[in-house]
Amino acid sequence: MSRPEIRHDVRITDTTLRDGSHAQAHQFTEQQVRDTVRALDRAGVEVIEVSHGDGIGGSSFNYGFSHTDELRLIAAAREEARNARIAVLLVPGIGTVDDLRRAHDAGAEVVRVATHCTEADVSPQHFGVARELGMETVGFLMMAHRTPPEDLAKQARIMVDAGCQCPYVTDSAGALLMHEARARFEALVAEVGDEAWVGYHGHQNLSFGVANSVIAAEVGVKEIDGSLCALGAGSGNSPTEVLAAVFDRLGVSTGLDVMALLDAAEDVVRPYLHRWPKMDRNAIVQGWAGVYSSFLLHAEHAGERYKVPTHEILRRCGELGLVGGQEDMIIDVALELARAREQG
Amino acid sequence: MSDKVPAAIVGPGNIGTDLLAKLGRTPSIEVTAMVGVVESPGLDRARRAGIAASAEGVDWLLAQDPLPRIVFEATSAKAHVANAPRYEAAGIRAVDLTPAHLGPMVCPAVNMPDHLDAPDVNLITCGGQATIPVVAAVSQVVDVPYAEIVASAASRSAGPGTRANIDEFTQTTARAVEEVGGAARGKAIIILNPVEPPMIMRDTVFCAIPGERYDDATTSAISASVHAMVARVQEYVPGYTLRADPQFDPPRPDWDGNGRVAVFLEVRGAGDFLPEYAGNLDIMTAAAARVGELIAHEMLTTGVAA
Repeated sequence: MSRPEIRHDVRITDTTLRDGSHAQAHQFTEQQVRDTVRALDRAGVEVIEVSHGDGIGGSSFNYGFSHTDELRLIAAAREEARNARIAVLLVPGIGTVDDLRRAHDAGAEVVRVATHCTEADVSPQHFGVARELGMETVGFLMMAHRTPPEDLAKQARIMVDAGCQCPYVTDSAGALLMHEARARFEALVAEVGDEAWVGYHGHQNLSFGVANSVIAAEVGVKEIDGSLCALGAGSGNSPTEVLAAVFDRLGVSTGLDVMALLDAAEDVVRPYLHRWPKMDRNAIVQGWAGVYSSFLLHAEHAGERYKVPTHEILRRCGELGLVGGQEDMIIDVALELARAREQG
Repeated sequence: MSDKVPAAIVGPGNIGTDLLAKLGRTPSIEVTAMVGVVESPGLDRARRAGIAASAEGVDWLLAQDPLPRIVFEATSAKAHVANAPRYEAAGIRAVDLTPAHLGPMVCPAVNMPDHLDAPDVNLITCGGQATIPVVAAVSQVVDVPYAEIVASAASRSAGPGTRANIDEFTQTTARAVEEVGGAARGKAIIILNPVEPPMIMRDTVFCAIPGERYDDATTSAISASVHAMVARVQEYVPGYTLRADPQFDPPRPDWDGNGRVAVFLEVRGAGDFLPEYAGNLDIMTAAAARVGELIAHEMLTTGVAA
């Protein structure tokens, strides 16, 4: 199996319209998607991810219902993109191959199949169908801080053997310190680098998203994620416009137009932000305690509903070792903390 | 004649072995055979328990005299599809723990009385067994336009079959939330968590409640119905418990004007052969044993087994 051609030193995938969906409580409108895709496409971004934050099929009580059907958003994105390819996220256990076929029909050409970092063996079914459909394939090994580099590399091997062209070190909790990120990048490049690309998806909870991206580029990671205005779960993702500026200064080619991205962030995305993702107490706790970034808004709601501090809920989620997708447990944890307070 | 119905377990793996322990406690079933296709520790365990065990497969089983009246299939969907016609031809009732889905989907606390005479019944999925009783409990009080279940299981408790076809879980469970649980539309989500020590199975059920029916009388009735249903499931899964009282949220525009009830469940296994945390597997064997017992009891009381 071949891997896709990458024409620059690194290729930036923008996930404003997918990871950013968490921060927007999945309320993206078709107009926002059209405007954002047009601006990203004009700035030279080659891959643009559009889905519910929890991937196709994610619209639910557990994760929040989408304002607009994501298939409509994908189709709108496809219409606006002149050069960029549209990617979707698929989390096995939440979305299915039927969702993937529908997304492909709507215009998605890239799929990013996401599993917890130790559970890659639930993904071959989805990679198989993606390859049958002729889609480009990426594998997200989520919560990558939760398993050592050598084990993460073995999981990447499972994905690559199943048809994944680019396994990612996915730092869902924004928890990886620089040396921890580097060790994982190196382990994956050593294991699969001859046949697949390696990618990195960062969050800013401990402010390392951009720094880790620089290390990634140094050690041979070819695909790196960003979001305009950092729009993403927790304190957001590595800002695409910052990545572009930093790589430009470093002489690492990305094919991106820095000024166009700054305009896109400032003029297109900023006006529709519910709030600018930031490193506040709750988000820092997520990076510090290793909590899945998209738990943030759900924990805030549960904190309000059950009168317990959000950061305490998040810390407890970290102690319990919850993984991506277990948003229902946030309510369970809040109830437990509320009971403990009553018994005082 | 014996006052118990003779039964066989096909598939001597962890599930089959755990099921053997549970069937040993049923009043109406006597396990007379354990069948595999290769020699295995499971067959040895059955022999040590005094059960006739063979690695010669269903050919051996169907050559026995007398034949079992009930077979519990704990193999694979493919094996059950091959075996089911042979069981039926021999007049043997099948309780299917695989994802073959040849017969009606059953949940003992919900719809078993409807299928007591079906030649083949299917146990849905682990998440289905844990959550569909609650969906049904809510449906008994109000129309449920949409129900969603989230099953979280320990990574160690999810075998290669589940992992290779995880969509089968989500699709089958969603369908059963509708057909057995009574929701107009169903969705199912499964999460595997590798945390150590392994997490005990957790399930969450969300049901939409029509906005026009959302009032104190309805929520009280739903709460009572859920508590009653949990007690029914506890009759065969003692470790099936509510983590908290059902939680109600008033109607919201982004929920199509519906309100919501959320029910948080824990399923701790009995620890017969499978570890306690594997409540997802335990509830399957416990439900299978219950279904078998109901069928056997019916046979004994109507004289069919004689």
